Amino acid sequence: MNTILALAGVVLKELYRRKDFYVLFVLTALLTLLMGSVNFFHDRNIVRYLREICLLLIWMSALVIAITTTARQLPAEREQRTIFPLLAKPVTRGQVLAGKFLGCWLACGVALLVFYAFLGVVSGARAGQWPVWQYLQVFWLHWVMLGIVVAFVLFGSLVFAAPSSNATISFVLVLGILYLGRYLNNIALQQPEPMRTVVYTVYFLIPHLEWYDVRDLLVYEKGLIGWVNCGLVTLYGAAYSGLLLFAAWLVFRRKRLNL
Amino acid sequence: MDAILETKNLRVEYPARHAGQARHVAVKGLDLRVKAGEVFGFLGPNGAGKTTTMNVLLGFVSATSGAAFLFGVDVRKPIARQRIGYLPELTYYYKFLTAEELLRFYARIFGLPRATADRRIDQLLKLVELDRVGRRPIKTYSKGMQQRVGLAQALINDPDLLILDEPTSGLDPLGRMKVREIIQRLKSEGKTVFFSSHELGEVETVCDRVAIINQGELKVEGRVADLVAQHQTNLETIFLNIIGYQPQLQV
Repeated sequence: MNTILALAGVVLKELYRRKDFYVLFVLTALLTLLMGSVNFFHDRNIVRYLREICLLLIWMSALVIAITTTARQLPAEREQRTIFPLLAKPVTRGQVLAGKFLGCWLACGVALLVFYAFLGVVSGARAGQWPVWQYLQVFWLHWVMLGIVVAFVLFGSLVFAAPSSNATISFVLVLGILYLGRYLNNIALQQPEPMRTVVYTVYFLIPHLEWYDVRDLLVYEKGLIGWVNCGLVTLYGAAYSGLLLFAAWLVFRRKRLNL
Repeated sequence: MDAILETKNLRVEYPARHAGQARHVAVKGLDLRVKAGEVFGFLGPNGAGKTTTMNVLLGFVSATSGAAFLFGVDVRKPIARQRIGYLPELTYYYKFLTAEELLRFYARIFGLPRATADRRIDQLLKLVELDRVGRRPIKTYSKGMQQRVGLAQALINDPDLLILDEPTSGLDPLGRMKVREIIQRLKSEGKTVFFSSHELGEVETVCDRVAIINQGELKVEGRVADLVAQHQTNLETIFLNIIGYQPQLQV
C-alpha cells in the first residue's frame, strides 16, 4: 500500500505543478462571477441559472482534468522512461497501475473540492442558503463517476498508441454515455432484430455515467437522494472501476516497455 | 561463495519486426556468476546484448528460456529487487520533482521509516554534492547533476548489489572520477557492483572480474589481472581481439 500511496503522491504533485488545473479553475471562476454579477431580466431566480452554468463548467472542467491527467500518465512514464528506475525497485506493474489510478482519482477529488467549494460560496452568498448535504451528495457521486472515467482512460492508455487519440476517444465515449446512454433502451425498442439485441447489449454493458449526474439537486433545490441508493450507485461505480482496472492490468503485465 | 547475481543458460529472443523476418536473438545461453563483494564489468560492443541482460535482471524483459537470479531469488519476483540499486544509462526521473522529493519517493517505495529516510537523503545529497540544490526541481539541473541524482536514487536503500548501465557515459572527467570514487568506496564497504561500460581503462582500474559478450554470446570471463597476464596486453586490445576488430587499411 505504501508503494501505491507514494505513486499517487507523485501524480498529485504533478497536478498542482502543472498549469491545467489553475487555468480551468480561473476560467470557471471568472465565468461564474461574471454571470453572477449580471441580473438577467430582473429574474429573482438568477442564482438557479448561476448554479446551472457553474455546474456545467465544473462538469466539463472535471472531465478535462480527469481525462487529460490520466491519459498522459502511462505513456509519459514509457516515453520519458521513468518507468525503468521505478520497476527496478520492488514494484509490480499492478502497483504502478493502482498508484496511477489512485493518484488521478485523488487529483480529480481535490479539483472537484475546490470547484464545489467555490460554487457553494458564490451561490450561498447570493441565495443565503447553505444546502451542505446536497453539495456533499453531488460532489460524492460526481467523484465516483470520475473514478470510472479514470479507470477507463487508464485502460485506454494501454490500448491506444497516442495519449491524444486516447483522450479524444474517451471524451467522445464519456459524453456519448452521459447524453445518450439513458435513451439506448428506448432506441433498442424501435429497432428490428438483430439490432435490438445489439443495442440492448450495449445498453447493459456500458457504465451508466448519467446516474451520477445529479446536478438538478442543486439547481432546483431538490431533496436528498436516499443514502441506500447513493451507496448502491457507489458500489456500481467501484465494480466498474475495478473491472476496467483488472482489464488494464491484464494488458499492462504483458506489455513491452519500448526498450 | 554464493552468487549474488546469476544467469543460467539465459536466452532472450525478440519477435520479428516484419513478417517473414526471423526472430532476433539478443542473448544466447548466457551463464554468469557474480559473487558477493565483487566489482564486475560487463563488456561488449553496442548491440551485444548487455542492456538486454540487464533488462532481464531488472525484470523489464522476460527471458525466452533459462533463468536469472538475484540473491538466489528468481528475478521475475519483485522481492528480488529489494536489495539492489539501479542506475540507468540516461537520466529518467520525474523532472517536476526536486531531488529531495525524488529520493523521498523512492525511500517510501522501499518502506524506509521517515527518520531513516531523512538521514539517508541528507547523506546521499552530500555524497553526490547536491545538498545545496536538493530543493530545486530536477528539470533545472545540468546533465551531470541529473546523473548524480540518479546515483543517489540508486543508493537510497543502501543496496548490497548495484547495477550500473554505463554510469559514466556523457559525464565530464570530474564526474567520471566521482563515479569511480563512489564505486571504489562501495567496494570497500563490501558491496557488489555489476556494471557495463565502454570505458575500458576505467574498467581495468576498478573491476575485479569482467565478462565480454558479443552477438549475445559470452566470449570470455575472468579476473582482469589474469586476462591481462594471459594475453600480455591491456584490456582494450583483448576486447578488440575478442570482438574480431580488423583495423582498416588507410587509402
